[in-house]
Amino acid sequence: MSNIKALGIDLGSTTAKIVGVDGDGQMVWHLLEQVEPRLEAQVERLFARARAEAGASEDIPLVATGYGRRLARQAARQVTEITCHARGIFHEFGGGGTLVDIGGQDSKAIRISPKGKVVDFTMNDKCAAGTGRFLENTASRLQVPLERLGAEALSAAEETSISSTCTVFAESEVISLIAHGVPLEAILRGLHRSLVKRITAMVRSVGLVPPLMLSGGVAQNEAVRRMLEEETGEKVILPRYPQLVGAHGAALVAMEGR
Amino acid sequence: MSLWNELRYYGGTALGLSALRVARWQAESRGRSAVRQRESVLAPPLFISPRTKELIGRHYLKSRYVKPGQKVVWATSGAPIEFLKALDYYVLYPENHGAVCGTMRRAEELCSQAENAGYSRDLCSYARTDIGSVLSGQTPVGHLARPDLLLACTNICQTVLFWYRVLAQHFGVPLVLIDTPFIYTEVSPHDIAFVKRQIEEAIPVAEKVAGRTMEARRLEEVALLSREASQLWAEIIARGRHRPAPLSVFDQFIQMAPVVEMRGEAFTVDFYAAMLKEVELRIARGIGVVRNERKRLLWDNLPIWYRLRYLAEHLGLHGISIVASTYTNAWGELAERIDSRDPIEGMAQTYIYPILNRGAGDKLATMKRMVADFHLDGAILHSDRSCKPYSIGQMDQRERLMRECGIPALLLEADHNDPRAYTEEQVANRLDAFIEMMGV
Repeated sequence: MSNIKALGIDLGSTTAKIVGVDGDGQMVWHLLEQVEPRLEAQVERLFARARAEAGASEDIPLVATGYGRRLARQAARQVTEITCHARGIFHEFGGGGTLVDIGGQDSKAIRISPKGKVVDFTMNDKCAAGTGRFLENTASRLQVPLERLGAEALSAAEETSISSTCTVFAESEVISLIAHGVPLEAILRGLHRSLVKRITAMVRSVGLVPPLMLSGGVAQNEAVRRMLEEETGEKVILPRYPQLVGAHGAALVAMEGR
Repeated sequence: MSLWNELRYYGGTALGLSALRVARWQAESRGRSAVRQRESVLAPPLFISPRTKELIGRHYLKSRYVKPGQKVVWATSGAPIEFLKALDYYVLYPENHGAVCGTMRRAEELCSQAENAGYSRDLCSYARTDIGSVLSGQTPVGHLARPDLLLACTNICQTVLFWYRVLAQHFGVPLVLIDTPFIYTEVSPHDIAFVKRQIEEAIPVAEKVAGRTMEARRLEEVALLSREASQLWAEIIARGRHRPAPLSVFDQFIQMAPVVEMRGEAFTVDFYAAMLKEVELRIARGIGVVRNERKRLLWDNLPIWYRLRYLAEHLGLHGISIVASTYTNAWGELAERIDSRDPIEGMAQTYIYPILNRGAGDKLATMKRMVADFHLDGAILHSDRSCKPYSIGQMDQRERLMRECGIPALLLEADHNDPRAYTEEQVANRLDAFIEMMGV
């Protein structure tokens, strides 16, 4: 495994990801963990594993991204998630388009040129209602496992409208809907719709140029994908590892040495 | 009592003015030996800066010791104050005072005072700072003289109408309102006549409060001084076209204080004449405000008063200089409309025309012109939670700047005075992503 030429680490709000790439920029090794409160110790451990499991050398080029990027002191450079996501997704699909990344703590829409450059971006990091946290919160409130959330929502025959735009107030709205006997699946579907509508507004504000790509942990949710297609009228394509796009991009930036 | 007042005034001002002058000399002698610090990405402050500080200090010193018999007016930043100056009013500007509180990091606590009294947090943070200061009596400038008259002009927003009504009720003094019809596309003669008549009607009210009659010649003098200061300010701003830019909008945000709150004064004209010379000198010597200027940007909307230095340095580190802004331009672009031969007509023509009283398309046109004139590589549009009239339309303006000028543009969410509506981590993240996007 000593063919690893560069490493990228993405320290998000929910998960920490590390990716190793070979000389062609292909992802050849990766790890994904829940993020821990002692981030620096976690980063240290991830590097130790990169050395032990993937044979990464001490002086391997390394770039860090994500909210915790400044804590990865081993990294030669810190680069924002915007640039890294664009780089990662461009490497995978080889063209431009619009990337939507829905993470645990923020969401972003990035328009990418045919040559892989960021043309425009917008971020939602002020309000949890457009992020994975919105679904996480409601999933726990409704006692539905996170991984089944999308399927449950899609199984609904009808859809309830959730009007609260705030995660916390949406929760109390959900409680009162349950009290009114509204089926769980219909509420779930409504919650997904509410999230996707917010995301769609973001996509529109950067100008949707197809293909529409989706990354981040929430990309694993089938209902979000489908509804995003319904709302935008564009087919949504997914990378092989939606959660690793940022870390992969960071590794590519590291390899390019800029 | 009157003797005591006189003693207090002359003693206080003499001492205060001397102290300010000494502070200026000290700062100037330090400034002369100042060279760009090796680690600093920004040029040393302008030599004129100690003088600015002295002017602002003097302005508020006079507020502490108002001349016996002199009347005090509180006015909005875009109000036609020339007729009040001609009547020897001492003019205070709650918005400027708010900005001072903002830069001195005192606004948050004053806003809280207003909120505790029941004012909504959605209200403009200048209004909350001012109302909080009035209610609590707290201010970092020592003391604000009580107004005898209030003048609100709706050419900047409608909030001032309600804000000044609060002040009128609190102080129990007359409020003069100048209502300026909004200019969607073109201004009609009727609109001008409407504003002019209101100014004409305001003069007798101000005369009655002041207990004196306005002299036409004095008004002409004041108008001429206003015009000259604004012209010089416009000239200074235009020097930003130079590469590297001799001064940034962060400098302008501070240096604009006199043209806003001391227009109509001879010393203000002298001040800007001296500043223009210094800026010319910087150009002649090739001094740029940012080391290795690589990108030049536009700033739209009010400053983020409590983070000026941070933003200047954060951008400066990447060789980015913000060289033009719609905000500082607002006090220069109307200079030619001020007419000293027919001051009242001139005031009507001028004060109906600020950027905030014109349609969003007009602001876009101004920005596009700036992008071309100043050779700009991008734009930052501060979406100011407090200033709705300035922020409305920015989504479209951003999109059109990108499409029609081919430059990247960033919408930055913050608030001009309330740090609780500003998150540094997220602002930094957006700025960094924007900087990377520009390929710096």
